[in-house]
Amino acid sequence: MTLLDDFLIRAALAGIGLVLAAAPLGCFVVWRRMAYFGDATAHAAILGVALALAFQTSVFGGVLVVSLVMALTVSTLSNRGFAMDTLLGVLAHSALAFGLVAVSFLHGVRVDLMAYLFGDILAVTRADLAVVWGGAALVLVLLWWRWSALLTATLNPDLAHAAGIDPRREQLVLTLALALVVAVAIKVVGALLIAALLIVPAATARAFANTPERMALAAALIGALSVIGGLQASLHYDTPTGPSIVCVAALLFLASSTAQLLLHRRRG
Amino acid sequence: MSLVSITGLSVRLGGNTVLHHVDFTIDRGEIVTIVGPNGSGKSTLLRAIIGALRPTAGRVTHKTGLRIGYVPQKLHIDPTLPMTVRRFLDLPVRVSNAEAVAALDEAGAGALTARQMAGLSGGQFQRVLLARALLGKPDLLILDEATQGLDQPGSAAFYQKIAEVRDHLGCAVLMVSHELHVVMAASDRVVCLNGHICCQGEPEHVASAPEYRALFGTGTGGALALYRHEHSHSHDHGHDHDHTHHDHGEAAE
Repeated sequence: MTLLDDFLIRAALAGIGLVLAAAPLGCFVVWRRMAYFGDATAHAAILGVALALAFQTSVFGGVLVVSLVMALTVSTLSNRGFAMDTLLGVLAHSALAFGLVAVSFLHGVRVDLMAYLFGDILAVTRADLAVVWGGAALVLVLLWWRWSALLTATLNPDLAHAAGIDPRREQLVLTLALALVVAVAIKVVGALLIAALLIVPAATARAFANTPERMALAAALIGALSVIGGLQASLHYDTPTGPSIVCVAALLFLASSTAQLLLHRRRG
Repeated sequence: MSLVSITGLSVRLGGNTVLHHVDFTIDRGEIVTIVGPNGSGKSTLLRAIIGALRPTAGRVTHKTGLRIGYVPQKLHIDPTLPMTVRRFLDLPVRVSNAEAVAALDEAGAGALTARQMAGLSGGQFQRVLLARALLGKPDLLILDEATQGLDQPGSAAFYQKIAEVRDHLGCAVLMVSHELHVVMAASDRVVCLNGHICCQGEPEHVASAPEYRALFGTGTGGALALYRHEHSHSHDHGHDHDHTHHDHGEAAE
């Protein structure tokens, strides 16, 4: 019997692997005001699940491909100056709706839709764990490699151009990383909650950081705390695990915002 | 060889021809100022030079290995992005503390290292932008309305700083400005732009050129003159240029 035989340990490791990749990526999502973007990509994931099951390929692969297509579409259209919120409202919810309808056509396979919408972190297998950590490692390497160029392009596209950095290429790197995180996350927290894990820890971390790197580190730490706290809470109160993790993250955000507000008032 | 040479550059943006058949070069050590009314394509020209805009026609050629230091018109840093002055100077290439301090001193922004970018005053912010642009040891420093939001003594001091930097580093400087009288005194060459290059040369020469006067009026104080256009200006080009300036309506009336 090894450590990984315990489903709780596997769940915790899967969650932590996911937030380690989601934290720095989530910071970019927040800095670049792309929260909607994460939503659209994640909603498209359900369509990916349906297609993967229909063609009997791996769910991870299906989600990765569809998320990537969605992310690329959004990213291309946003560069063409479409009204972004409207466009995303159309794309994100249509993808979700078509996904749900497509799933209903799948006869013969019984699809536990809830598991894909909200994840089933307690059912994570060793193979899933390998996928999560492999994907997370890939995202981290990608971000590490492009970090400085990404930050420069995030600050100002012209500044990037002048330094010989192509901001569109950096946007593509983020798009790819986002699709990877969504594909990895679908098993852990599901399509509807992944956007929360991207944004909430990063937003919480803002209060404790004076540089971009510290914000990313703090976000990872806060994400890990949320995973562990959420798992404990779901065991204790017998609540669904994925949503419990997000609830803990949200409570941490509330606490940090309140603390910051009080501190500010005392100073000012 | 010139640092940047531009031949026959045309740029269309959103269906409008912003730049039409522009030929331009800048050489080592020169301070060149581009002046022109709003919408005359000044920023567009700079953005084409740094490669942020693709020309519709013509060519923009850089000297091989050209290092550009760019100071944008304005830089909005999202409040969710924490950024100290010191960290900002590390973008996109990390520099040593000694280099960072030297660049800040050169730009007249010493002692700001630990401050958050968002908490700087307008003048401090522009100086930090300048310091960052200097860190790459640029051959060409490009400033797009770098003194926007500074008061008159502030911008005069800023341009003084630019001249010092040029003398010290030997880089060329290309800038866009509205503050004609301040800028023209500090330039080796002035380019008067209005979709195309109307005239260029030494400041004294340009200030007395009929094309320049047509755009900026005959008054000596360029800034004031901006409000007194003569509309009789015509060009001997075949194509139809939009030279109708909007009525500025003198605010002091």
